[in-house]
Amino acid sequence: MNSEAIVKETRAYHCLECGVCTSSCPVARVNPSFSPRLLVEKAIFGFGDEIVRDRDLWSCLVCGRCTSRCPSNVDYLNFIKEMRIEASKLGQKGLFSHDGIFNTIMELQSLSLQQKRTFWITDDLEVADEGECFYFVGCLPYFDLVFGEGGYCDVGLKPTDRARNTVRILNKMGIKPVVSNDERCCGHDLLWNGDLEGFRRLAELNLKTIKKSGAKKVICLCPEGYVTLKRDYPLYLGEQDLEVVQLYRLLADKLKEGKLNFVESGSDNPVKVTFHDPCSLGRIAEIYEEPREILSGIPGIELVEMERNRADALCCGTSGWVNCSSCSKQIQIERLKEAEATGADILLTACPKCGIHLSCAKYNSDIKIEIKDITDLIVEKMV
Amino acid sequence: MSEEFEPNIVGFACNWCSYAGADLAGTSRMKYPPNIRIIRVMCSGRVSPAFILKAFQMGADGVLVTGCHPGDCHYIAGNLKCEKTMGTTRKLIDVLGIGEERLRLEWVSASEGSKFADVVTDFTNRIRGLGPLSGKSQG
Repeated sequence: MNSEAIVKETRAYHCLECGVCTSSCPVARVNPSFSPRLLVEKAIFGFGDEIVRDRDLWSCLVCGRCTSRCPSNVDYLNFIKEMRIEASKLGQKGLFSHDGIFNTIMELQSLSLQQKRTFWITDDLEVADEGECFYFVGCLPYFDLVFGEGGYCDVGLKPTDRARNTVRILNKMGIKPVVSNDERCCGHDLLWNGDLEGFRRLAELNLKTIKKSGAKKVICLCPEGYVTLKRDYPLYLGEQDLEVVQLYRLLADKLKEGKLNFVESGSDNPVKVTFHDPCSLGRIAEIYEEPREILSGIPGIELVEMERNRADALCCGTSGWVNCSSCSKQIQIERLKEAEATGADILLTACPKCGIHLSCAKYNSDIKIEIKDITDLIVEKMV
Repeated sequence: MSEEFEPNIVGFACNWCSYAGADLAGTSRMKYPPNIRIIRVMCSGRVSPAFILKAFQMGADGVLVTGCHPGDCHYIAGNLKCEKTMGTTRKLIDVLGIGEERLRLEWVSASEGSKFADVVTDFTNRIRGLGPLSGKSQG
């Protein structure tokens, strides 16, 4: 798509030059040279060539705050995506963090290597090779090996805890999910970094694996995986006969049906928690209330909101493992301080990547707030 | 006519010991298979797991990392750092399905030209035995 077509497709010519996008942008707040409005203006006035060569194209966090606030409904997210696809055709790319290890891992997964990605499954978990329900684990096993103990970016995390939590919760609901060694990364990061071909390869392999297992329903914990499977797979590979479900949505329903129960609180003093809305779960998938419903169902837990919550939530500072910079760190520290200001003991996240980014920022600061995943809390309190 | 498989091997050698060791092997006219492509790095501690994965992704069938003997590192403990990350890198390539036997770490000092030649010969033969990395993109 050339830049003229992108302008048309994303309704960029409706831009009123009001500047709401730039004043909403978390990157523009800390990096004044970055301006979403300027990028759109350049495209409208025919300077698309400049945009695809601009390093700032990769600084956008695709958090969707501008898109959700734009009075003219300019689809800024797709504007960035299409521009990046064009840019990568010219060999342009963002600056990969962690020496580009995640990009390489994704590319390696498009080869026909026999992965051993289910190493995290413990004996007490019930999983199947075939069945109705497929649990799409995503990148968690690889995050474990990079950010876990002994990994080269060791920040003391164990991301596969979320995978074990998910299976434990699903087992409690009477679901024995399919977990496969042939699953690949969902392709979210490749797509949003402009590598459409790489995305297609992974998506095709994943759909093959899911269909081979006989599953009709796919459960995702990772919000990015959820939006990719739910929205982008049908968009790029045609309609699929699959029901894609986000775990929190499923659990909120189970809670209403009385199938998800929690232990009574033993203490009069509730534990104060605050919740960080991940961009993909909130603004993009519009799942705001479900995690809150689950939290309000847990006795002894009091949810206190941060100043910027739901559609106004701040991004965790990095996306797609590109352009992690001092700006990212500033955004993360700002978010952690906002969480601390609520007086909460625990900051809950619902996205493994948000958990990693916020923990990384906390690791290098004197911020004390504990960071946990919602599933950690559910498994702790579930009966 | 069937051609025998010749593996592509990427070797990371540290500037202070192993690269000099490789140099010594060369100037001493020791023979070793020509399958290895050596990349000189300042320290084995600089070899990030990402470099090793990138080598496999770009078509390597085996990766050899060589550094100074423990205690001899020019930067005091770079080689120990390398040894530490190599543990999870092995796990990483195993989980990816590449197989941990395709990665090897060796200590080679500047005076060990013959050791360098032996290590490369042995590793090349092993990788030749394992065959090409399956699913590798051609070309």
